[in-house]
Amino acid sequence: MSAPLIWIAAPIIFAILLLFLPRERWITALGTVFSAFLAWLAFWLPPDSTQRVASLSFHIDSTFSLLGRQISLTASDQVLLILVFGIAAFWSLGTLAIGGARRIIPVGLVVIALLVASLAVEPFLYAGLLIEMAVLLSVPMLAEPGQKPGRGLIRFLIYQTLAMPFILFAGFLLSGVDAGPADLALIGQAALMLGLGFAFLFSVFPLYTWVPLLAEESMPYAVGFIMLVFPTFSLVFGLSFIDRYSWLRDSTDLLPVLRWVGLLMMVSAGLWAAFQHHVGRIFAYAAVAETGLSLLALSLPNQQVGLQILFFLLVPRALAYGVWMVAVSILKTQAPDLKFSSLRGMARQFPVTAAGLVLCNLALAGAPLFASFPVRQALWEKLAAESLPVALWFGLASLGLWVSSMRTLAVLTMAPAHTPWASKETWEQRLLIGIGLIGLVVFGLFPQWAQAFLANLPSMFEHLGK
Amino acid sequence: MPELILWIAALLLASTSAGLLLSRDWRWSLGLLAVQYFAAFLLIFSYWPITLSTTFLVAGWMAAAALGMTHLNLKNEPATETSWPQGRLFRIFAASLVVLAVSAVSTNLEDIFPNASAPVVWGALVLISLGFLHLGMTLQPLQVILGLFTTLSGFEVFFSIIENSILVAGLLAVVTLGLGLVGSYLLILEHAEKPV
Repeated sequence: MSAPLIWIAAPIIFAILLLFLPRERWITALGTVFSAFLAWLAFWLPPDSTQRVASLSFHIDSTFSLLGRQISLTASDQVLLILVFGIAAFWSLGTLAIGGARRIIPVGLVVIALLVASLAVEPFLYAGLLIEMAVLLSVPMLAEPGQKPGRGLIRFLIYQTLAMPFILFAGFLLSGVDAGPADLALIGQAALMLGLGFAFLFSVFPLYTWVPLLAEESMPYAVGFIMLVFPTFSLVFGLSFIDRYSWLRDSTDLLPVLRWVGLLMMVSAGLWAAFQHHVGRIFAYAAVAETGLSLLALSLPNQQVGLQILFFLLVPRALAYGVWMVAVSILKTQAPDLKFSSLRGMARQFPVTAAGLVLCNLALAGAPLFASFPVRQALWEKLAAESLPVALWFGLASLGLWVSSMRTLAVLTMAPAHTPWASKETWEQRLLIGIGLIGLVVFGLFPQWAQAFLANLPSMFEHLGK
Repeated sequence: MPELILWIAALLLASTSAGLLLSRDWRWSLGLLAVQYFAAFLLIFSYWPITLSTTFLVAGWMAAAALGMTHLNLKNEPATETSWPQGRLFRIFAASLVVLAVSAVSTNLEDIFPNASAPVVWGALVLISLGFLHLGMTLQPLQVILGLFTTLSGFEVFFSIIENSILVAGLLAVVTLGLGLVGSYLLILEHAEKPV
């Protein structure tokens, strides 16, 4: 058996089978168990390794050939596979509390399988096509049944689709550059194409207008999933480009561009988040700021440190997005919409949900004790050492997210006097939000626990990881 | 392939993509899309073998057929464009400007595509530019899908000059078909009755 069959083909086949199950709870249970099993398998039996159980010997090959091209998942992808399928299991479990398993889990599994394939395909620039397929597949997940497709969904489709041809075009142009002598004019044109492609893919300022619109129109949990997996895989794809081409790696313009683009995304999103009156839109801006944060981490002169920070942010981000979106989904079932005016005083009836919403917002703003804090603090320090104005802008962006969480807290607790306290959440909802929040605090208090696990992630890049 | 035929195909591409920009009847639009795929196929055929270039043509026609079948089964006629600008005169003017600009810059791309003939580069650039113009003018699902098809076809013509991998042709065909299916899904949603 080869690794691509296990971590790419098997999830796709399993996702199709899940669609035939009659009850949503079965989909949740099987989807969660299957994703967790794939994460465990990546831990126990990584590609290109052998395990013996009694007299049986298990071995997974790393490579699979398809139409003359190779799809390959090697031992260096092990941590990413554990992380990705672990996140898939966590998000699948979330549907236990809020429903919608039939809409999210099967499509989500196929999207994740395609995105894993995008990391495995050789030549790597074909990844653009696989990411585009994942984008197309996520449209049914994001479209609200029975409602006209909104502007956010249409813009998501346009912008993410336009990324693919630009990146592919740049990749084709550059295919001879790494082997032959550098052609500066060609590199300049290819770099422009690449920049445009990744600007669409990362939804950099001002191309992220679809994110808040989508968060307003679509199912919050699906939006959260999309905002977690696409930027993560896009970043890894972008890093593959930087790792592959020495002219890009050694370019003196790359780090300043990453820094200013990341900072612009963070500051604009952070400040706009502070003025929003819709909790879905606040999440959207926080997610955009997170992508900006990742780009800022990559802009550090010490690429090793930048990569460590980037990958250390993944787990807290996945936890915070998941719990935040579970909380928003619960509120959406109880209120006509997610505007502040409709959510006034709901903390009295949904205290656990309100706590989840506000604390996750604070966690992504870099509040102490939460999982993002040590990593953001380290990044802030490094940025301050590089440039004080950049560090100040970073602080301002974080302040915007703090303000948005304080405003949300104020609105949620603004109940009429003598309103009794109650907890109307189901036990599943309380349990999931509780576990997620505990996870966020534990990762914040003991960041070293994740260090041993995540430290090897940069090794998936041949040059950047060394 | 003779250069004259390539120029005819390129001019056909300019007319069909401009026609897509102007047309508001889905039957005309899908007919123009089918012709556009055929003209782009002629350009691609001058670089790719017939098996690969046919993949492009068949995928495009199948996507157009999927959109047409969906439209046939819709109860209501689609709403007209509500956003600015709606005027045909404006669209003709904008399309003419774009074609003029493309004609001016297409000769400068010789260093990127030293082996490409002029009509192929011009045709591909016209498709990409008019596709972008199309996408910038609408948010209606069918029009957006048509704009994306136009833009992607232009890029596929360029890809045919620099890459002839079976996997790329196959994956691009899957993307085209997927876009057609997504377009059909969005059309159904647009015309669905809101549940009570």
